[in-house]
Amino acid sequence: MSSRAQPAMIMEPSRRARIYSLIGLAVLLLLAIIIATGVGSVSISFPTTFSILADRLPFVEITPTWPDNIAAIIVDVRLPRVILAGLVGAALAVAGATYQGLFRNPLADPYLIGVAQGASLGAVIGFLLPVGWHIAGFGLIPLLAFAGALLATVTVYLLARVGKTLPVTTLILAGVALSALLSSIVSYLIISAGNKMHGIIFWLMGSFSQSQWSEIEIVLPYVAAGTAVIIIFARLLNVMQLDEEQAQQLGVNVERLKIILLAAATLVTAASVAFVGTIGFVGIIIPHAVRIIWGADHRFLLPLAVLTGATFMIFTDLIARTVMAPAEIPIGVITAICGAPFFLYLLRRRKKAIF
Amino acid sequence: MIELEMQKVNLGYDRHAVMEDINLKVSPGEMVGLIGPNGSGKSTIIKALCHIVRPRSGKITIDGRDIARIPRKELARMVGVVPQLPLLPSTFTAAEIVLMGRNPHLGLFQSESRRDREMVQQAMEKTGTLPLADRYVNELSGGEIQCLLIARVLVQETKAILLDEPTANLDIGRQVEILDLIRRLCTENRLAVLAAIHDLNLAAQYCDRLLLIDERHIHAQGTPAEVITEKNMKEVYGAETCVYTHPVNGLPAVLLGAHRSRPDSSNNQTAE
Repeated sequence: MSSRAQPAMIMEPSRRARIYSLIGLAVLLLLAIIIATGVGSVSISFPTTFSILADRLPFVEITPTWPDNIAAIIVDVRLPRVILAGLVGAALAVAGATYQGLFRNPLADPYLIGVAQGASLGAVIGFLLPVGWHIAGFGLIPLLAFAGALLATVTVYLLARVGKTLPVTTLILAGVALSALLSSIVSYLIISAGNKMHGIIFWLMGSFSQSQWSEIEIVLPYVAAGTAVIIIFARLLNVMQLDEEQAQQLGVNVERLKIILLAAATLVTAASVAFVGTIGFVGIIIPHAVRIIWGADHRFLLPLAVLTGATFMIFTDLIARTVMAPAEIPIGVITAICGAPFFLYLLRRRKKAIF
Repeated sequence: MIELEMQKVNLGYDRHAVMEDINLKVSPGEMVGLIGPNGSGKSTIIKALCHIVRPRSGKITIDGRDIARIPRKELARMVGVVPQLPLLPSTFTAAEIVLMGRNPHLGLFQSESRRDREMVQQAMEKTGTLPLADRYVNELSGGEIQCLLIARVLVQETKAILLDEPTANLDIGRQVEILDLIRRLCTENRLAVLAAIHDLNLAAQYCDRLLLIDERHIHAQGTPAEVITEKNMKEVYGAETCVYTHPVNGLPAVLLGAHRSRPDSSNNQTAE
């Protein structure tokens, strides 16, 4: 057996492969950003896009060889959309991986414990209100969606709590039940929404068409802070894969860890969903795809999911806004159409247990 | 060196009492066996001593300190546990599972060092699991997993070890091998060891003292010769046994007194 030959290096080779993969994916993500900002109704060449983007970096000065309006399309119109897509893709992937790890359940996704249905109800109420309030420059819909997402998750959490502990199965069941309740309210509101129905359904399927830098300024801190917290606890999430008793016997404060990770993953998801709607599929499938390719060690799984999720979402949004241009396809449709066949391919060629 | 102690402890789940008025003590360098019928509460005592089950009353102390006041991570550096054949996540290799035993020694921002990996290698060597290092744990047998969990508790470097049926899935060769290892570590490193052992003969051979548990109480405790008597076996297990003295080491050995001496038994091929 090869482990006898080089016993001191157990696990080292796969570790190196995963580090190279991280670097490779980071490069791929940068390429995705440049390609996606270049493509659109006005086609801009790759070198020009690259120069315009590079010019915006600190300490980089490039003499412009492009007209100002081209720079404006890149920087003010397309880049915020691409960045927001990347952020949301990263957020949903990392949150999905966290929920799956925490619940030790391959069917878990970022929406399992009420975030999506809470956000949907909030957003639908925002659509139906006759007033057009703006708070701090934002419409009512993202605010209500964010509040709805948090409110639903906190409700599920309180319902599932037993004394000082939070049994995971109870949490999932409470989440599923509350989601069903909220979902039926949303359905009722949609059919009674009259001419607002179309807008609501588009929101529910997700879209990046309204992306602005100001939205990124709000989403970024939540996603960055939440993801950082989750990644810090990645090794403990590995230990949690044993089971809760063994994790405790190995020194993990399981109840505290559950609360920290649930809070971080929920904030990350809620902030993303509030602005772009409840985009499906990414949060459940990206973590599995990463697990199939690179293994289940959360210290690699989580960062790899961030990069893969971001890249995937940027490309799917590119497809969503170009294939039927000038019309847009809701991104939730594209994520599944493009992602599902690829995922099924991975699933078929896997050689070992994936969960 | 660590001493485990329970004083007037009552244990239970919800309204259902499992153990009442338990007093026990495990000293450094001592290997104590928990024996008793199925469902008598052996596992519950083990879970209480690692603070998975909280006592309803009474006091549990580790090294003289109240267990409820010891932070989880510090407790995991004092008391290690080999649980009764758990399900392990199929996506981790054997070596990764053993490496998790280093968790209580690592800070939040720390990663396992080369030294941690070397400890894993040594522990896997000692338990005969090194050839399994790169295998995924869903491919392993119950006995192999048992040995892996013992390797994990070794890298945990605790001064007390609790074992819940550590030999339940092992063949007799591995049973002796693993208990020899635990016995040696216990003596050499002055570990306090408490093991729930189903097999009365193994318990008698390896443990300094035995606690015989029955009906929520400690029925008898003392040296193997004091505890394993025909009277106690009859009272606790309701089984007819013959207790002999082991011809080599002089410890008690139990034989079941099965009723198969009926004249027609030679025709009965399907007898248990």
